[in-house]
Amino acid sequence: MSLALPSEALEVPPYERRPAIEIRGLRKRYGDLEAVKGIDLEVPAGQLFGFLGPNGAGKSTTIKILCTLVRPTSGEALVSGFNVVEDRTEVRRHIGLVFQEPTLDEYLTAEQNLRFHAEIYGMARSTVEARLDSVLAMVGLADRRKDRVSTFSGGLKRRLEIGRGLLHSPRVLFLDEPTIGLDPQSRVTLWKYVDQLRLQEEITVFLTTHYMDEAERCDRIAIIDRGQIVVEGSPAGLKAGVGQDRIHLRTGNDREAADTLTNRLGVKAIVTSEGVDVFTDDGEAFVPRIFEVGLSVRSVTVTKPTLDDVFLAYTGNRIDDAAGSGASFPPGPWSRKRS
Amino acid sequence: MTTAAPELEIAPVSTPGRGWGHELRAVKVVWKRDLIRFRNERARIFSSMMQPLLFLFVLGKGLAAVVPSGNGVDYATFLFPGVLITGVMFTAVFSAISIVWDREFGFLREMLVAPVRRSSIVVGKCLGSASIATIQGIAILTLCGLVGIPYHPVLLIGATLLTFLVAFTITALGLVMAVRVQSVQTVMPVMQLLLTPLIFLSGSLFPMGGDIPTWLSVVSKINPISYGVDATRTLFFHFLPDGAAGGALVGGITWLGWPVPPWLDVLIVMGTGAALLAVACVLFSKTE
Repeated sequence: MSLALPSEALEVPPYERRPAIEIRGLRKRYGDLEAVKGIDLEVPAGQLFGFLGPNGAGKSTTIKILCTLVRPTSGEALVSGFNVVEDRTEVRRHIGLVFQEPTLDEYLTAEQNLRFHAEIYGMARSTVEARLDSVLAMVGLADRRKDRVSTFSGGLKRRLEIGRGLLHSPRVLFLDEPTIGLDPQSRVTLWKYVDQLRLQEEITVFLTTHYMDEAERCDRIAIIDRGQIVVEGSPAGLKAGVGQDRIHLRTGNDREAADTLTNRLGVKAIVTSEGVDVFTDDGEAFVPRIFEVGLSVRSVTVTKPTLDDVFLAYTGNRIDDAAGSGASFPPGPWSRKRS
Repeated sequence: MTTAAPELEIAPVSTPGRGWGHELRAVKVVWKRDLIRFRNERARIFSSMMQPLLFLFVLGKGLAAVVPSGNGVDYATFLFPGVLITGVMFTAVFSAISIVWDREFGFLREMLVAPVRRSSIVVGKCLGSASIATIQGIAILTLCGLVGIPYHPVLLIGATLLTFLVAFTITALGLVMAVRVQSVQTVMPVMQLLLTPLIFLSGSLFPMGGDIPTWLSVVSKINPISYGVDATRTLFFHFLPDGAAGGALVGGITWLGWPVPPWLDVLIVMGTGAALLAVACVLFSKTE
């Protein structure tokens, strides 16, 4: 398990030079329904990229196109520099997939599932054993490798799926709602593995989620609604875009405090039944100035806009609306039946 | 769950191989998976043996009392090749349609997103199911002494090969159906509906050469399974002790009075299998 890399590995491989994902004018039509209506998107290599959107917004269809499971009606998509229509096999070699639905063979052991994967992905035989060991150790299943998957809990299965998705050293890992239905403890563990992985393998992660805390982890986020990207940016940038920080004050005399704030600091202060609300760009930096003007403040709370506010502003839905009910696009003949 | 993620070295992996070598590995691993699963399901091995045994010793011995055998082949002896092929057909088809369960439980997607040709997966699945069915065929073959068929090595090897051939063809048919019929609830009755006439009209239970109605005789000649049964039965009768191979139950398929030779029987089954395999590959290759 040593990391003795050959010298040519030190050169920058081709996939590092270009974005992990490039999408240009992507459209997908199912009969009368246009699920994806012209998407342009670029995901730089090495990022944790969040792809958010309400159910039925075209999220799953886009992912399926990127994974070569669905052909686009028009437009172009490249993954790791390979075209998803023309170089389908190359795309598949370079991606790892963890879908929200399980895709394990429960009659096989954990190890047998991984070995199946290694073979069908054509991994070099000399590397399989070491890679198998390290992946099993990484997802914490080394001691369960000989156990049948049917004996695993939901969290263990999901970890095995992630391990399997990584086995063939993909450049881009697609995580389609990877933690849905998992208990909080398993979710924490799972993210620990993903973080560790990104550090060690410089992998790009393309994530869809309905959990706000998971969206917060992303380097960048794109929100898709009704088949189109409505906004894209870093979580901080997106939150700044929808509104200012709210500073909530409890004072001895709210009316007087509001007047002081407006006159001396030039901010709009609103008196409510519970205190005074001030809206400003950088809430934390503003707090000391409140004390400089000599107000008798009993308590201060700074609230920042959340991604939920962003999501609500752009899509009219809350981020966790109908989490886990799955996307409602017309299923292809191979899509798994939802019960 | 309780321990923190340890600092781990990640073994680097070279770019996966490509070309025919890789496709062959994919075929092999899909085949191997079927065998591993079969080995793990002892109940399935047991139950798949029950039906042929019932046919052979209940139906066979029961009907032998009323079917006139004259001084030729006994009915149970006549029935044996038919039971062999029939039993193998059921095993092959049920193994083939397990792909519908694979879709239901998601594993099919793991195969479909793999960087291999879909036809490699289909061929692997066909070989896997056919191998399982052949294993069962060999188990049935061990009983041939009970109905007066000698344990001759050439007979046993030949019968095994024929069994594999029929199993492969039926698996390909099962895969074609499994693509078309996608619900677990529907696929079983549909396959029963398809298998029962194939078996009844194959000459495995009664000879198609006698005084049967013309339409029955015609339909049986269209049924590719008939040729598999015919070839197997010809092989078995060839090895019967001198003088035993005679009587009303002997006599294979004829085309306008011309007896179809065993090599043509084999060719017909092979051709059907190849055609069904091609159809299955095409159906599987459609992306969505």
